[in-house]
Amino acid sequence: MAPPRNHRPGFSRRAQYTVFAGYVLAASGALVGAILLLISIIDPRAFAALRGATREATTPVSAGLDWAWDGVASVPRGIGDYFGAVDENRRLRAREEATRRYLMQARLLNRENARLRTLLTLRDRSAAPVVAARLVNSSASSTRRFATLNAGSSQGVRRGQPVRGPNGLIGRVVETSPNTASVLLILDPESIVPVRRTRDGLSAIIAGQGNGMVEVRTAGVVNAPLLAGDVFVTSGTGGIYPPGVPVARVSRSQRDVAPARVFADPDGLDFAMVERAFLPAPVPRPSPSPTPTPKPATE
Amino acid sequence: MKLLGPDDDRAERVLTRKVVLSILAGSLVTLLPVVATVPFLPPFGLLMFLAWRLLRPGALPVWAAAPLGLFDDLVSGQPLGSAVLLWQLCSLMLDLVDTRLFARDFWQDWLLAGGAIAVCLFAGRAFATSLSAHVDTVLLFQTIVSVALFPAATRLCTALAGREDE
Repeated sequence: MAPPRNHRPGFSRRAQYTVFAGYVLAASGALVGAILLLISIIDPRAFAALRGATREATTPVSAGLDWAWDGVASVPRGIGDYFGAVDENRRLRAREEATRRYLMQARLLNRENARLRTLLTLRDRSAAPVVAARLVNSSASSTRRFATLNAGSSQGVRRGQPVRGPNGLIGRVVETSPNTASVLLILDPESIVPVRRTRDGLSAIIAGQGNGMVEVRTAGVVNAPLLAGDVFVTSGTGGIYPPGVPVARVSRSQRDVAPARVFADPDGLDFAMVERAFLPAPVPRPSPSPTPTPKPATE
Repeated sequence: MKLLGPDDDRAERVLTRKVVLSILAGSLVTLLPVVATVPFLPPFGLLMFLAWRLLRPGALPVWAAAPLGLFDDLVSGQPLGSAVLLWQLCSLMLDLVDTRLFARDFWQDWLLAGGAIAVCLFAGRAFATSLSAHVDTVLLFQTIVSVALFPAATRLCTALAGREDE
């Protein structure tokens, strides 16, 4: 039972003014909050420096917790691995036999592909990753889907770079600070990834839904059937995500718009790789002809 | 209630420090090393704030909600200003309720806190994500879990406040 707060501080003028000033401060606090909110809705990048400083201070804690949790979680796995090793060995041998043929084929195709690409003089961008780091925490209590990466601008991470895991696309970097970065997951309701279907190249976009699923929306084609099991990879349109990264698999057959499940399961994320943006931000083109020198004004 | 905090009593100052630190710690629960696909974590900072506000109205000045909310915004991923505004409005609302309701029991506290949590979560969702996003079902579950956790937060607060509170 809470003791009721004494709202009438008696006849002391000083006490009355103090209570009044407290309410004035509170009201102005709410007003400042409303203004801050308006600014951050209009320009989401407005307070990136402030958030970056907080991340710098808190990420070591998260990374430590992550490390500790990893140690604890690896104990049962280690025991299981020890006893399952023989079975696994047998299984892997069989699989290796089965896949050798495909491996040979893939090598041949690779070589042929490289040859054809040189014939076409296609200039590919190097796919060397910027850095591999861990995603240490996320906005678990918010409806937005951000994760914190344990590497930042001093490791070469820049705004707009794509982030991928071993299984598929994770998201892209939206804010950086010297040692941390904020990653917008593709599950976020405001994330959009241009993709195409692997079996026929149908182009579409994948938009986050916010409930752990994503949505495939076909672009351009009307009434295109999307079948359960269709796999979508990034198309490279837009210049952020490099082409060919697996993104999601359709989970229910529908037309035009279908729900899909992403390949990179964020709960099981171990390492995330930051890559260079597929195409860098456009630089102003130099004028094609040598710039005509401004004629001296004739008198 | 003084302008810059409660009375200059040593016990009161210790309590205020406990209150502030426990609310900040509640906000920092988002540092858990989990990459969430849905908003599953209750807003622990808000829970602690409401529990303290209802249990010990004098421990924090009425304006303290705004700076505490600012810290919550910095670590929660919500647009900056959303918790500042919502927490401060909750604080003012509860002060208003205090002038009307003379003696509250725990069930009324829970009801008030539940209303405040629901308003904060749903308003926060409206500020953060467009209305077309499919987050409402998850948000409803998050709200239910948060409201259900309020007695635990109150219990934690009584434990922190110490003996003399019983």
